[in-house]
Amino acid sequence: MNWTTPGKLRAKGIIGMNRRNIHYIGRYNDRRLYPLVDDKLQTKLLAQRYNITTPALIGTVSTQFGVKHMRRILDGHSGFVIKPAKGSGGKGILVIECIEGGHYIKPSGTHLTLPDVERHVSNILSGLYSLGGSPDVALVEGLIDFDESFSAYTHEGVPDIRVIVFKGYPVMAMMRLSTAASDGKANLHQGAVGVGIDIASGQAIRGVQFDRARHDHPDTGHELASLHIDNWRTLLELAASCYEMTALGYLGTDMVLDRQHGPMLLELNARPGLAIQMANGEGLRNRLDLIEQQANGAAPAQRVDFAQHHFARRSELVSTGEATA
Amino acid sequence: MSRLPFYLIVVLLLVIGIGMSLHRHVQFEVPWTPGEQRQVWEIEAQVNFIADGGPVKVEMALPSTQQGFRLQDEHTASPGYGLSFIEENGTRRALWTKRDATGSQQLYYSARMQVTPRAQAAPVPPPSPDDDTVWERPYDTAASQVIERAWARSADAFTFTRELIRDFSDERQGENARLLLTQFDRVPLLVRLLNQAGVAARAVSGLELEHGRRRQTLTPWIQVYDGDDSAIFNPRTGTKGRPDNLLLWERAGQSVLEVQGGTNSGVTFSMLSRTQPAEALVRERVTESSGTLLNFSIHSLPLEEQALFQTILLIPIGALVVVLLRVLVGIKTSGTFMPVLIALAFIQTTLATGLIGFLLVVAVGLVIRNYLSYLNLLLVARVTAVIITVIAIISLFSVLSYRMGLNAGLTITFFPMIILSWTIERMSILWEEEGPKEVLIQGGGSLVTAVLAYLAMNNPWIRHITFNFLGVQLILMALILMLGNYTGYRLLELRRFKPVTED
Repeated sequence: MNWTTPGKLRAKGIIGMNRRNIHYIGRYNDRRLYPLVDDKLQTKLLAQRYNITTPALIGTVSTQFGVKHMRRILDGHSGFVIKPAKGSGGKGILVIECIEGGHYIKPSGTHLTLPDVERHVSNILSGLYSLGGSPDVALVEGLIDFDESFSAYTHEGVPDIRVIVFKGYPVMAMMRLSTAASDGKANLHQGAVGVGIDIASGQAIRGVQFDRARHDHPDTGHELASLHIDNWRTLLELAASCYEMTALGYLGTDMVLDRQHGPMLLELNARPGLAIQMANGEGLRNRLDLIEQQANGAAPAQRVDFAQHHFARRSELVSTGEATA
Repeated sequence: MSRLPFYLIVVLLLVIGIGMSLHRHVQFEVPWTPGEQRQVWEIEAQVNFIADGGPVKVEMALPSTQQGFRLQDEHTASPGYGLSFIEENGTRRALWTKRDATGSQQLYYSARMQVTPRAQAAPVPPPSPDDDTVWERPYDTAASQVIERAWARSADAFTFTRELIRDFSDERQGENARLLLTQFDRVPLLVRLLNQAGVAARAVSGLELEHGRRRQTLTPWIQVYDGDDSAIFNPRTGTKGRPDNLLLWERAGQSVLEVQGGTNSGVTFSMLSRTQPAEALVRERVTESSGTLLNFSIHSLPLEEQALFQTILLIPIGALVVVLLRVLVGIKTSGTFMPVLIALAFIQTTLATGLIGFLLVVAVGLVIRNYLSYLNLLLVARVTAVIITVIAIISLFSVLSYRMGLNAGLTITFFPMIILSWTIERMSILWEEEGPKEVLIQGGGSLVTAVLAYLAMNNPWIRHITFNFLGVQLILMALILMLGNYTGYRLLELRRFKPVTED
């Protein structure tokens, strides 16, 4: 049987779409605040004001006329990322690792020419990747120099860390590892591996791919049990402070770990998905209920303390050695 | 945050909605089910005669609305004849005229009479009993003896009639009665005797309705008045009361058929019984009594607008299906209410044709849209190009199917073209971004939703209820408000989250 019962899901504290929409998003997220997170440029500017680290902004292109000046913007940068400000689900993101002899080289090794890059920017501006096809702005960001320690856990893409922040408390976290199946993208439904991360320690708890438990990365074969995020505490505080920044009560924060700059905020999401429950093997319900009982006004550091104290979990992952033993 | 106002609104909507529906059911006798049928008789009268070659005048009595029957409509077929209807004293007659006619002539009249216990006859003034009838010998003595005998055994006009008729019926026929019957016809004789006794009475002509009978003739009946009361008597048995299947064709004691300028005239009747939905009756009754706010009804609109509203009032049903499938089941559709519009198109095209047409248009549209994406166009221009493509596909299929003799293919034009274009555009983008699997999931979800919405909207009972009970709309509103408050799991989530519960 591929079906479970509502009773079992309730016992696990799983929340469904309807409850998420009505009870959390509808109640805690003021719709007029959505543009802050739906537009990555606004998020970035806001984050800079709140001293939250984000990838360096090289420049923006907002008119088709400006596309001609791409070369000038890119001058002096060896690698960069072009993304639509209002894109969703990682659509329209172009990563150029290095420029060699007038050729722009993607992580996959594909060579692009300057007109190729310009056409991509032009497509972004005409709204090809934005929600509802509205005209958009292209952001050019510095390349994330992601932490070497994760290279064994990913295929092409940058692994990012999603932390659900409820009323400023980090409630649940997962790392999304791109795979060959997901074509380098970090979307779980496309086949990326989701790894639940213990809020207390930054240690991997559990891995899933296509909703089934996994103990290693499908492409690199590396065990997930040894996955541990350094600077975990800093990352959580960064995520928690996004609450003050946006005033959104139920927030998904996407972070990356940069080798030089440490944890960085990639983007925010006012309607974070529910797959994080699968990656953690646990429902959000109990944690969210506990946070709802807390008084408002605690500082980010206090909130992180509270979350780390209450949401500690033991890893379910076993290293291959133990598993075969 | 108090939810009290919400529940108050829901309860209020439910109470008003149910109240309005009950009021309509009780006050206007609108049935809950569409299956309720009313019987309708289709009666055809055929007048035959041989014309003399000169001017012809044919006058025939016509039936009118009476107790138990309501005249719905009537037609005549009499080529070459002038026709007029004469109405006086609650009776109706048709008058056919022609300057010169020769040979065998046929005139047709057909009427549809609805069986309904509520119909009432227009009053026909009672005849005045003229007792100055003169009898020849020896009939005068026989007549007065018969009257005396019946008078002695009766108490009022009706019982007198009964006794009189019995005296003429076979088993009790006395000598007097037998004598009178040798000279006179039974029914005119009885009327004459009744009148002589001071009882107002006349002979009327009735048609005994029986399904599928042809070449029937009218039978004479006797209508007797006692003050304002009147009753029909069977002149052969003396039974009082009109049989349920007796339609009084002529009610004023006049002739049924009068032909001038012709011979061998006669009228025969054929009849068929049909059943008809009760709604026609409802419509009449509601239109009659529209005016007050409580009777607020779609039925008071012109017919064309009523037909429009029949569809409009179904849209909430389709929307409810979408809400149910999305909130309770969790089906993904391409465009929230697109399936409702597709379902509306299915109602026009029928399901099989609609499904084939939809799949054809979307499939061909996707192929062409795929090419358009190479042209790298701006979004609005691209969608416009898709709209024109969709129109071209629909025209092409219509013409092709018509050429091949498939008239069903013509109904493809009922598809909402702009919506189809957006569907194609959205699916095409979905294909590029998420792959064909997601297109199948969302496209399939949309189709399943559309088919279910179609089945719900095309259900005769639901059509009947939504159209006749406006209160149902409020109940639907309350239902949807309650669904909008549902925080439980969706059916498909029970599958999605299953792995979490496994360990």
